[in-house]
Parts: sequence; C-alpha cells; structure tokens
Amino acid sequence: MLSLTCPHCGPRDETEFSCGGESHIERPGVEASDETWADYLFVRDNPRGVTFERWHHRFGCGAWFNVARDTVSHEIKTVYPMGAPRPTTP
Amino acid sequence: MTQVLRLANGGLIDRTRMLRFRFDGRDFTGHSGDTLASALLANGVHLVGRSFKYHRPRGFVGIGQEDANALVRVATGDQVEPNLKAGEVVLRDGLEAFSINCRPSPRHDLRAVHQIAAPLLIAGFYYKTFMWPNWHLFEGAIRRAAGLGTAPEGRDLDRYVHAYADCDLLVVGAGPAGLTAALDGARTGARTILAEADFAIGGSALWRGGSDAAEAATAAEAELRALPNVTILSRTQVFGYYDHNALAAVEYLADHGARQRLWKLRAGRVILASGAIERPLVFAGNDRPGVMLASAAQALVGRFAVLPGRRAVIFTNNDSAYDAAAALAVAGAEVTLVDSRPASAASAPGVRILHDRVVSATKGVRHVRAAIVADRAGRISETLPCDLIGMSGGWSPIVHLFSQSGGKLRFCEEIQGFVPGEAVQPVTAVGGAAGALGTLAIEPLWEVPGRGKKFVDFANDVTAHDIAIAMRENYVSVEHLKRYTTLGMGVDQGKTSNVNGLAIAGALTGRAPGKVGTTKFRPPYSPIALGALAGPLVGPLFRPLRHLPAHDWHVARGALFEEHGGWWRPSAYPHVGETLEAAAAREARAARTGAALFDGSPLGKIEVSGPDAARFLDRVYVGTASTLRPGRARYGLMLNENGVVIDDGVFVRLADDRYLVHTTSGGADRIAAMLDEWLQCEWRDLDVVVMNVGSQWATLTVSGPSARDLLAALGTDIDLADFPHMRFREGRVAGLPARVLRASFTGEASYEISVAAGAASGLATAIAAKGAPFGLTPIGVEAIMILRIEKGYLAIGVDTDGTTLPDDLGMAGGVARKGSDFIGRRSLDRPDAVRPDRLQLVGLLTDGPRLAVGAHVLREGGVPGVSDGHVTSSVDSPALGRPIALALIRAGRARLGETVTLYDMGIRHRATIVEPVFFDREGQRLNDGHS
Repeated sequence: MLSLTCPHCGPRDETEFSCGGESHIERPGVEASDETWADYLFVRDNPRGVTFERWHHRFGCGAWFNVARDTVSHEIKTVYPMGAPRPTTP
Repeated sequence: MTQVLRLANGGLIDRTRMLRFRFDGRDFTGHSGDTLASALLANGVHLVGRSFKYHRPRGFVGIGQEDANALVRVATGDQVEPNLKAGEVVLRDGLEAFSINCRPSPRHDLRAVHQIAAPLLIAGFYYKTFMWPNWHLFEGAIRRAAGLGTAPEGRDLDRYVHAYADCDLLVVGAGPAGLTAALDGARTGARTILAEADFAIGGSALWRGGSDAAEAATAAEAELRALPNVTILSRTQVFGYYDHNALAAVEYLADHGARQRLWKLRAGRVILASGAIERPLVFAGNDRPGVMLASAAQALVGRFAVLPGRRAVIFTNNDSAYDAAAALAVAGAEVTLVDSRPASAASAPGVRILHDRVVSATKGVRHVRAAIVADRAGRISETLPCDLIGMSGGWSPIVHLFSQSGGKLRFCEEIQGFVPGEAVQPVTAVGGAAGALGTLAIEPLWEVPGRGKKFVDFANDVTAHDIAIAMRENYVSVEHLKRYTTLGMGVDQGKTSNVNGLAIAGALTGRAPGKVGTTKFRPPYSPIALGALAGPLVGPLFRPLRHLPAHDWHVARGALFEEHGGWWRPSAYPHVGETLEAAAAREARAARTGAALFDGSPLGKIEVSGPDAARFLDRVYVGTASTLRPGRARYGLMLNENGVVIDDGVFVRLADDRYLVHTTSGGADRIAAMLDEWLQCEWRDLDVVVMNVGSQWATLTVSGPSARDLLAALGTDIDLADFPHMRFREGRVAGLPARVLRASFTGEASYEISVAAGAASGLATAIAAKGAPFGLTPIGVEAIMILRIEKGYLAIGVDTDGTTLPDDLGMAGGVARKGSDFIGRRSLDRPDAVRPDRLQLVGLLTDGPRLAVGAHVLREGGVPGVSDGHVTSSVDSPALGRPIALALIRAGRARLGETVTLYDMGIRHRATIVEPVFFDREGQRLNDGHS
C-alpha cells in the first residue's frame, strides 16, 4: 500500500485516494480526427520507470494533484499541482 | 492419561497449574506454558493426523509454525477454528481439538488405502489421468477425497478488529537478535514496535543457550517494557510486507472480546529478526511419526520439559544438531548421532557418534521403531532401534518478508541457504534471518540414497520422486516445479520444503541451488483467518445502506423495504394479505386517479455555482444550460467521453450564476465527483464550485390529478395558478421553507417538495393528513417503475447500457442544435456511433403474458442464433390493462409496427415494436390546467 503525500493534508495511506490515470493528456477539440480522438480516449503510456499520473484525495480533502511515480520501485518522485508542467524526470 | 514423557524438572511450564483438554475425544492434561503440540507430546501422542494425499500416519515434524503435519480443528461449542497448527495453539483449560484429514481417527483412517494406490498419485497425476472424457466426471469424488479439514458451516461467531499504527522502527521477531535490535533503536528514542509470533518473548533463548541466554532475554524484555516508546506485540504474526514499508500482522487475542486483531503498520524502517527454520533431511520414511526436526526435539526438552523419545537417533549434515543430541542425552535419552560428514569439530558428550553414515530408511507403522544406517553409497551397516529420529539438514533463514518487500535473495554457500541480498525498501535482517547461524560446517546432503518415499513437502505429500518426474517432463523452472508438484504451496509456504526441493531439482539438472533460485514469496507468510481480513466490516456493516430521512414514517406506514441503488427504500406499502405486485398496481392507479406521495429523497442534488456555472454546464450536458432562464428547469443527458449516456435528470437555474443539478438516485456521488474532476483537472480556468447537497434535503413528491389541490390544502405562499410544468419556486409549504420543482417521473402533474432533511417526517405527516380527502396513497419504487414505463421515461443503467448513445434513445436533438463542444461530443461522430443498425430504445406490445426482462429478439428465429436486441423494462400496465415493455432493438425506430419473435428460457413470444410512450403521449396530464 502506497503512502501518498496530499499537497493539503500530508502523508496518507493509499486507501484514502483514487488514481485517475495518466496526467498531462491534452483534450482535442471537436475538429480532431478519429485517430487523434482515439489516442486521447484509449492510448496511454506504460513506462518501465517514472510515470506521471493524477490522484484524487477522495476520502479526504477532495483535491486532485499530480504524482510522479516509479512503476518499478513505486517510489514517489514528486507531487505537484494540477496544471503545473510535467517535471523533468528526477 | 498421565504425562508420560514429561520430565520431572526444567522447562518454562508452570507445574502448579494443571490444564485439562481433549483431543479426538480423549482426555489429557498439560500445564500452563504448554502449546497443544507440547502437551500432546508430553502425553506420548505422536500420531496426530494423516497426510494430504496418501493418508500416511503423520506426527510432529516441528512444534511451531514450521510444522504442517499437526493441523487441528479447535472447537468451543459453536465456535470453530479450522486448520490450526498444534504448535501455535496455546493450551487452555477445557480446550477441545480434533485432528483433520482422517476418518474416523488418525489411528484408523479409511482412506489409508491411498497408500496402496500411491504409485498412481504422483506429480501431475490429476492432469494425466482424469482428462478423458471430461474432468468434471471425476471432480466430485476427487474433491471429497482431497483438501484439508472441513470448513465450518455456521456463521463465524467470533469478532475481529482492525488496528492501525505507524512507528519509526518495526522489529519482527523477539529472539536474541530482535531484542538487541529493538533495544538499540528504542534507546535512541525511536518509536518502536516489536512483534513476536510466539506467546513468549525470547525466541531460541527459550530453549537453547543455557541460563546466560535466558537471562539476557529476560533483562532485555524488562528494559523494553519499561520504555514508553516501545510497544511489544506478542502472539502477533507479521504476514505481509507491502509497498512503502506497509506491513500487515495478525494478533491472536485471548479474553479481549475479539479473537484476532489485524494490524496495518507503516514503519520508518524494518528490522527482520525472524530467525531460521531447520530443514528436514530427505530420506526414505522421513515422514514417520517420531521423526522430527532435531531443533524441535531440543526445544521440547529445553522449553517444555518433554522428552520426545528415550532411544533417539540424531541424523545431521552439520554441527548444529550436536547441541540437540547433547540436550537429549542430558535429559536421559540414549542417543546415537549419525553424521553424514567424515568428521566434525563439534562434540556431544554422552552421545555415540557415527561419521560418514546416513539414515537410509526407517521402520515402524504408526511410530518409528528403527533407523536403518548405511554408508554414503547406500550399503547398510546397522539397524538402530529407536523411538525418535531428530533430523537436521541445515537451516533456512526466514526470508519470506524480505522477499515480499521486493528485496533480492542470494544463495549463501557457507550455510547452503538463501539470505537477504539487496533491499529495495528500508529493511535489514539480523541474526538467523540474515544467515548468522554460528558455525554449521554444513556439507550438502540433499537426497539421501535409499529406496522408499522421501518426503520433501510434508504438507502436500511431495516426494523427491515427484521432483524427478517434474524434471524429466521439463518443468525445470522453479515456478513451474512448484505449480506442477504443489511443492511449497498451502500451509507450508516453503518453510521446510523450499530449499530441499529446489536443490534436488538442481542436482537432477546439473544446476547449483543458487542457479535454480527460489520462487517469489507472497503474502501471507502463514495462513490467516478470512475473518481477520474482513474485520468488523461484516453483516450490515459490509456495505451500509442509506436510510431515508423519513425512514421511521415509512416504517409506520407498513412499507416493504428493499435496496435500490444503495438506498433502503420502500418498494411498496402492501395492505394486509396483499402481494407486492398487487400493491404496486394499486399504488400506480392511485397516482393516475387521485394523489400519490413518493419519497424521492435519494434524487441527487448538486449545486453548481460561480460566474462560469452556465459555461461549465454547457460543456457537461448534451443540451444547453446557458439559455435557461432563472426559475426554469430543463431535462438533460450527461455523457462520458465515449459518448455513452451515464446520467440524466432535470436541472434548474436558481440564479444567473447558480444551478441545481438533479442526478439519478444512485449517481449523485459519482456525478459530483466527475464534475469536480473536470473543474480541477481540465477546465481550471472556469470559476465554478460544485457542492453535493443531497444529504441536506428531503424530497417528497406529490403527484396526480389532485396534487395541486393537495398542495393548496397544505398551505403555501407559492402562486399555484402560475406554476406550470418544468418551473421551480421557493417558498413555504405547510409552514416549512421549501423548494418546489414541477417535474414528473410519473406522467402526472407533480410537485417535488424539498425541505430540510430533518423536517421530512413532519412534512410527510402533514401531507398524509391533508391528503386523506384526495385519497392520498404513499407509493413505492415498484409503482414508480410502472408509471415511468407507461410514459416511456428511461432509467439509466436499466434501459441503457455501456454502449448507449443519445441518438439510441431518440435524444440527439440537443446535439444538433448545439454549436459548442461538450463531454463526449466528438465520440458521437465516430463511424460506429452513426451506424443505422444500432440498438435503439423502442416499446413492445404483446398479446401474451408479460415479457421477461432480458428476453432476446431473434433475428432469424433460430436458437442459438443472432440477437436483435433485448427487453430492458417490462410491466403489466394498470392504466392500459395489458403488458408493456421497453426494449433496445437493432434499428428499432425504423421497424415500428413490425412483429418480432422473442426468446426466453426456451419459450418464444410474439410482440410488436411501437413508440416507447404508452400513455398520454401528448403529455396533457402534466399541464395541470396551465396552457
């Protein structure tokens, strides 16, 4: 069970959170091609190493935030706000 | 029976406290400080069960968690604990235990005939033998014969609790190494938890190392108990090691009102001091009762003052068993030590020592009575009569938790075992768990020459021969070996079998044990009760249902409650002797003819406010929110990004910058969370606040031709003459501040009256009192379903599924009118979304009986064949006097008037496709006198 640090509430057990999947996915407009839209809906990175995903402090303050997590070691590299640019890989 | 094998002196038992217990119906006595295992052995009971597959007589291999033979069922009245290890059952007065896996008793087991068929029951036996014609022909008989014990049939009467803790330092194991580690940490002020599986603190110092070791352990325990920053948890088995130093442990409680406590621990760092487990030697007949680990025999003498045999043979390939041999000799046994090595620097006073010899076989039926001694080539040299064989094939550090933590293991040549290597979490191992085992001078002896069954895994009856078969059949990977032979599965979890098994596999395939490697260890380290995992979250707490604010009022009205979307709601209010179906029909008729009261409190209510509220909802709904004027309401669909309809409801504009969004009853939390996610993650430029206000309000809906008159009778300051359908007013109703919405799920003029949740029962009582002249009838969910199906109002998740798009419901008009983007819009232009042959919502009329929900429309008439859709909702309509149904049918809207064949449970039905509105198609009844 991961220990995640909510930007508002501090370190909490994973059971208080839900994961919203990959972050920094740009939403295309209605003019997007079928391929672009399908990429947006379904295609996700599956890196061996650092992944960037958004988490929700669902059973806490309700905030969404970004997490950079190593998929091999589960090490949390950094936590940063929604809207902030993807950090350079630590 | 007296305790015939109990020594007169010594041990850590309290001879002044006599405990009576029963085992397989026979009465015995033991002492405080005993386990069930030590007490049975004190009484001379070695034979305690039958083996898993062959039903061979079995005794104690070990006397603690490493033993997988002496599994017992402990029963106290109706409270049953199955499959406990006798060495982990603390003896108490009145304890009653039974051996498992044998009928009627271990001495006379009916399935002992399996031993005759033993040559057939080899590795892969099931896969090879019961393939033709079909495994299921054999499954029943095999399942009856297999398995361990029987599951209790009644409810588990015990209580279980959960506890959470975090600490700077968690030490697993309170033997000499663990006590030292805990003291080192605690003295620096670290908040320390010391967890020990045994009920006694001290580990090996309880039986080995003499008075020096015992005194050191006692002193360390005393110092730790005096420190305020230390928590000692005894009888607590740490069984799982997870990410970020999260660990799980189960604590066995006595007299705490609960049987077990599950601990979820988060530790700054972890020190594993869990010790090591002695390995059996793999020789013919090594499973006979009376053959046990040398360390178990030594612990019986040292800790429990039990002499497990008077004529003992100790068989070893290392120095550690010399200590055990000497201890037995001091206690009065005649001991012969058979050492496979040519020489040893160790000594054992009073013990006859044979070098370069092995025990190649044993004799005896229900108990060992002789050891056959041979040289290393297998030539028999002598027969030693005996009643105990203590074996030592070296030691395996308990690396399970380290492996679970993600750490790598490495094979240590010096101890011929796996030790912790590189860690990936803040964890270290000390003492025996780290391979610090003193001088072993071990020489590998993985499989002893000789003919007969040589058991590697006692729990699963896996022999050296089975491993040979697996190698011959190319299951050479250690993970494949495990699954093909069941080696190390089940209760053993590799404790005694792992290293012997993989080393034998390696020897057969020319690989060193370190090259074969070990299987990945997974939680739990030892079996735990499912009840401990569930904890208190059972019964009504497993998934608590929400109750209506006016729950008691409904109870008083005789409501029949059922779960609807997580709410405990009235399905109907049956009169005495009335069926649910008849009650629902009566209630539906009342709504069409007079006035009905429906508790719609679960209806989702979300307030969306802020300068950008209108822009935001334009992006959320298929329809448009920004053009709605304050005080007015509109019906809308919400989609996900795949274009699929996920919710519907009426939204109200309260003010320019404020909306009230109604969702389906089960959807409020989900939709509120979704709206917030879009605002926080995607449209952070919008200034909007989303607030789920559902629990603040109770909503009582008055519906029917007399609804308006009833509202007037209740007393309200709202002008009912100027309150048409799809309008919203705030005011007072029956003296209460109220929000009233003219929206309808019945097809009748309806007033959804929302008041503060706490006022719900008062309003319901007022409505019932003033409603009597209008024939007011409380109606439940079943009647609402009838009414809404008559009107063709859809229920999300009932008449829609995970593929349904707005146009499939005939509701794409909002898309066509709207210029801007909204959630899911782009998906509605996909080629698949505009196929003409999609499943579309239509009505079905039949002259036969009511159609079953789920009945399929047959395309060609053949079964099995191709489905052209299915029935989603179906009722007998009181208003129409006939059965009606809603269905999703392929290209349904283009097939109005067509008669189709439906198929359900072997019976065909005919029905005609019609528009999905059966009653008051023009909606006249909603108008309520307004033009």
